[in-house]
Amino acid sequence: MAVAEREQQAAIELVDLETTPLRKLNQRLHDLSQAPGPTAWRIVNPNGAHAVACGLDADVGVEIEGHVGYYCAGMNKRAAVRVHGNASTGLAENMMSGLVVVDGNASQSAGATGRGGLLVVRGDAAARCGISMKGIDIVVGGSVGHMSAFMAQTGSLVVCGDAGEALGDSIYEARLYVRGSVASLGADCVEKELRDEHRVQLAELLKAAEIEADPSDFRRYGSARQLYNFRIDNAGAY
Amino acid sequence: MCGIVGLFAKSPKIEERLGVHLAAMLSQMNDRGPDSAGVAVYRDPAPSGSSKLTIFSADPREDWSVLADELGREFGSRSEPGVRASHAVFVVETDAADAEAWVRANRPDLRVMSAGSVIEIYKETGLPREFAEEFRLTDFQGTHALGHTRMATESRVTTEGSHPFSTGLNLCLVHNGSLSNHNRLRENLRREEIGFQTENDTEVAAGYLAWRMREGATLEQALEGCLSDLDGFYTFAVGTADGFAVLRDPIACKPAVLAETDEWVAMGSEWRAISVLPGSADARMWEPEPGVVYVWENELV
Repeated sequence: MAVAEREQQAAIELVDLETTPLRKLNQRLHDLSQAPGPTAWRIVNPNGAHAVACGLDADVGVEIEGHVGYYCAGMNKRAAVRVHGNASTGLAENMMSGLVVVDGNASQSAGATGRGGLLVVRGDAAARCGISMKGIDIVVGGSVGHMSAFMAQTGSLVVCGDAGEALGDSIYEARLYVRGSVASLGADCVEKELRDEHRVQLAELLKAAEIEADPSDFRRYGSARQLYNFRIDNAGAY
Repeated sequence: MCGIVGLFAKSPKIEERLGVHLAAMLSQMNDRGPDSAGVAVYRDPAPSGSSKLTIFSADPREDWSVLADELGREFGSRSEPGVRASHAVFVVETDAADAEAWVRANRPDLRVMSAGSVIEIYKETGLPREFAEEFRLTDFQGTHALGHTRMATESRVTTEGSHPFSTGLNLCLVHNGSLSNHNRLRENLRREEIGFQTENDTEVAAGYLAWRMREGATLEQALEGCLSDLDGFYTFAVGTADGFAVLRDPIACKPAVLAETDEWVAMGSEWRAISVLPGSADARMWEPEPGVVYVWENELV
C-alpha cells in the first residue's frame, strides 16, 4: 500500500449532513463493502435524520455528532457506530454484528430483531427495547420501557436501571439481567437463579460496554418454557 | 403516520417569531403527512366583550365583506376580516359561542374552524410546505401554537377532515394515530348533543373532550378519561387558551418528543421538528411516558 493511500485511510472522513445528501453518505458507506476507503468517519449535523449509517458491512468506525432519527445503524454488520446524542425509533434494528453505541437515550424498539453484535445505550431506552431479539447483546446504562424483550429469542439484555411493565413477555431463550426494579414480568417470564456463568457473562458485557457495575447486583429473568413447545432435546440449539 | 408539532413561547423573542418557528417545524414534518396540514395559533386576543371566529369557505371567490357586513349588522361594530387563503378571521362584538351559533345557523355554506378569544385555526389539503407559504405562517406572532401534518387512514382527505379539530372555545386537538371505537362513540356523543361534521375518528376524540369538559371535567381529567374510553392508537396534543397538553396512549406506538429550554417548550413527533428551533442542541429533551398527561400553561395573571 502506498504511503499516501495509508495516510488517506488513517485520516478521518468528515461528512456534514447539512450540505451532503443522506443518500450520498449512505452510498459511500455501503461502497466500503466492495472497495476499501476511509476507515474512520465523522458525521456532523444529523439533525434527527432517518436511516443514518444504515446497512453498513465493513470494518469501519463511524462517529455521529448529534441526535439521529429512525433506524440509525440498522442492519449493521462489522462496523462500529457511535452516536454522540440521542437516537429515535428502531436504533440498530436487525443488527447482524459489530458495535453500536449511543451516548444519550434511545427511543422505542432499540435493537429490535437484532441477530448479533453489541448495542450499548448509555442513557435510557424506551418501550420495546430488544423486541424479538435473535442473538444480539444489548446493554442499557439506564432504564428500559414497557414490553422490552417481547418474544426475545436469543441473546442478552442487560439493564442497569429499571425495567417497565411486561418485561420479557412470551420470551424464548434470551437472557435478561436487570439491576433495578421490574415493574412487572410478561407472560411466561420468570426470575431465575444468577449463577457464576451468568456473572461471568455479565462482567464481559459490562466491560465491553464500558459501564461500571457489579454483576452480583443484577437479577436474571428468562422463560418459564410453559408458553412455547420447548423440547429439551433441542436445548443445544439455543 | 401523521406529524404533530407544538411550540409554547417562554420569552417575548419566541413570541415575536412564533410563526417562523411554527412554519419551520411543520415543514420538517412534511413527509409524515403529505395529505393535508393545519395549525392552531394563539395570538392577538380579541378586546374584552368581543371574540374571534376563524371561518373557512370552499368557494375560492368568497366575498368575505358580505359576512363582515352581516356580522356587523347582527352584533354591531363591523370589523375588517383577516383573510388568509381559504380562511378569514372575524372579530365579533359578542361572546364566541353566540357568534359561532349565528354563523352555523345563517351561513351553512361556511364552516367555523375555531371560536374563542385567542385561537385561530387554519387547515387545508396539500403539502405542509405549500400550506405554510399559502397561509403566510411566518407572519404570526403569538404565545403558542400547534400544527399537524396528515397522512389519512380513517376518513377522506378534505379540508374538514384535516387537523386541528376544535373541541370547544379556544380548544383544539391534533392527533397522530387511529381510533377503532369512533363509530360507536360518535353515536353515544350525538345522544349527548355533541355535533359532528365529518366521519373522522379524531373529531370524535375532540367531541369526547368537549363533552367531558361540558360535564365539568378539567382538561386533565378529560384527557385521563381518554385512557379508558378511547380504543386505538394516539398521541394527542391539545391547545388551550393558556398552553397545551400532550397525551400518548398506554401502548405508545405513536411517537412523541418533548424538549424545553429557558425560551420555549416544544413537542414534535420527531426530533427533526424540534431541531430547527434556536438553542435546540442544548435543550432538555425527553420522550413522554405512555398514559401520562403533560400540561404547560401560562401562569394566570
